[in-house]
Amino acid sequence: MIRFEGVYKAFGSKVVLDGLTLDVPEGGTTVLIGFSGSGKSVLIKHVVGLLAPDAGRVSVDGQVVHELDWDGLTELRSRIGYVFQFSALFDSMTIGDNLRLGLARRGLDESEMQERVAQSLRLVGLAGTEDRFPAELSGGMRKRVGVARAIALRPRYILYDEPTTGLDPVTSAVIDQLMVRVREELGTTAIVVTHDMRSAYTVGDRIAMLYEGRIRQVGTVREIQETEDPVVRQFIEGRPDLEGARDRVALSGGAL
Amino acid sequence: MTLPASLRESTPGRQVARVGSFVLDAGRALRDRRTWAPLLLEQMRRLGVESVPIALFIALFTGIVLALLSKYIFTGAVPIYFVGTLVGKAIMLELGPVLTGMALAGRVGANIAAELGTMRVTEQVDALETLAYDKYAYLVVPRVLAGTLMFPIVTALAVALGVSAGYITSLYLLDLSSAEFVKGLQIFYKFKDIWYGLVKAASFGAAVTLLGCLQGLATSGGAAGVGRRTTLAVVYGCEAILVLDAFWAVVLL
Repeated sequence: MIRFEGVYKAFGSKVVLDGLTLDVPEGGTTVLIGFSGSGKSVLIKHVVGLLAPDAGRVSVDGQVVHELDWDGLTELRSRIGYVFQFSALFDSMTIGDNLRLGLARRGLDESEMQERVAQSLRLVGLAGTEDRFPAELSGGMRKRVGVARAIALRPRYILYDEPTTGLDPVTSAVIDQLMVRVREELGTTAIVVTHDMRSAYTVGDRIAMLYEGRIRQVGTVREIQETEDPVVRQFIEGRPDLEGARDRVALSGGAL
Repeated sequence: MTLPASLRESTPGRQVARVGSFVLDAGRALRDRRTWAPLLLEQMRRLGVESVPIALFIALFTGIVLALLSKYIFTGAVPIYFVGTLVGKAIMLELGPVLTGMALAGRVGANIAAELGTMRVTEQVDALETLAYDKYAYLVVPRVLAGTLMFPIVTALAVALGVSAGYITSLYLLDLSSAEFVKGLQIFYKFKDIWYGLVKAASFGAAVTLLGCLQGLATSGGAAGVGRRTTLAVVYGCEAILVLDAFWAVVLL
């Protein structure tokens, strides 16, 4: 289980997380939704120790992440796969080497690595691309390689940071299917950060909305779809803030 | 690893603390030999071997100009074989290490800062960490060790070519005989002239690569941030060379 307890994080005077509390249970996929810049990516970076909270704690399987020493953190990271928003593939390496890098760290021998790389690329529908470089692939293919790099490690948890952002609807749907397939075939627990509600409904078992540094609501897909909370409703229906828009138009001399 | 809070309060204190923490983290990462050792040779080639042409180019013209200047300074005042002395001493003790260091601060420092800066802003450094690699062991240690080992080698080649260029210039443009130049070269020669320059070069290599890594890994703000950090890596690298040059002159001469 991944547990966030009273997590507070600020960058300078900007408070991003303001005492956030959330439990991510074992199994299934928890989708984290929220407005752009609300701190969703910041939150999941705490899980792998890329950021440390200013107050509160983040724990994975009972281990408090920011209290771990280097060896403990390395061991923790070996249980977690991370899919970055812009893939973050190593552009000087081939796709095969991108996948092998993490496997080499875990001490797999060459034949095991070869098999795992081929298997992972097959799972994301990119078999035979081992010798190509990231620059030769489309954005959607790079995202899938990012997923392949994460699942090659057979992690217990996978964190997806905006996996469908910037992709066309068809490619987004392919990535959604891929996340579902990864969960079904590998049984991983996932956190998906997104503001794409179609994706959230497709891949999520639970949805949590982050708003003003805290969890505004958490529930099943159905509970979120039927929520009465005006902020959550506004977000999932993609409605602009009419009051705010009216004020801005009035300020510029117009009317709405 | 962090330094005491009092050191981090003022801006200069914060800078010192940042460099101190960085050096401590890089030192800790030295233990992770399994990560950095396979990458060392490649960095030695990229940072050292590929820097040889620029270092030799600078040394060639420095040797020529130094010989011509020596003749201009010494004519009518000092025996002409002192041309060899001045060329040898100046290149071995100062111009070889410092000019090579400056050139490499530009080439190597900028290369490292731009590469690591781009990796930082495209989250490749974060990706490396999530794959359970220590960024210091994977990115910093091989570069700093390569710089420390290769700067003296590149400098030694530059010194050899610089002195040879001065020798050939003396023979063909200044009407010195080979014996006169060699006499001048030998007259005040000490073994220290060689190792002093190489020790300096090693320290320049460590400083330039360390500052390049530090600036690269501190990058934020996209392409503009990469440009800013690359510039700072070169500027701080050159400043560090001048400070270290003075430091070694006080300590070793």
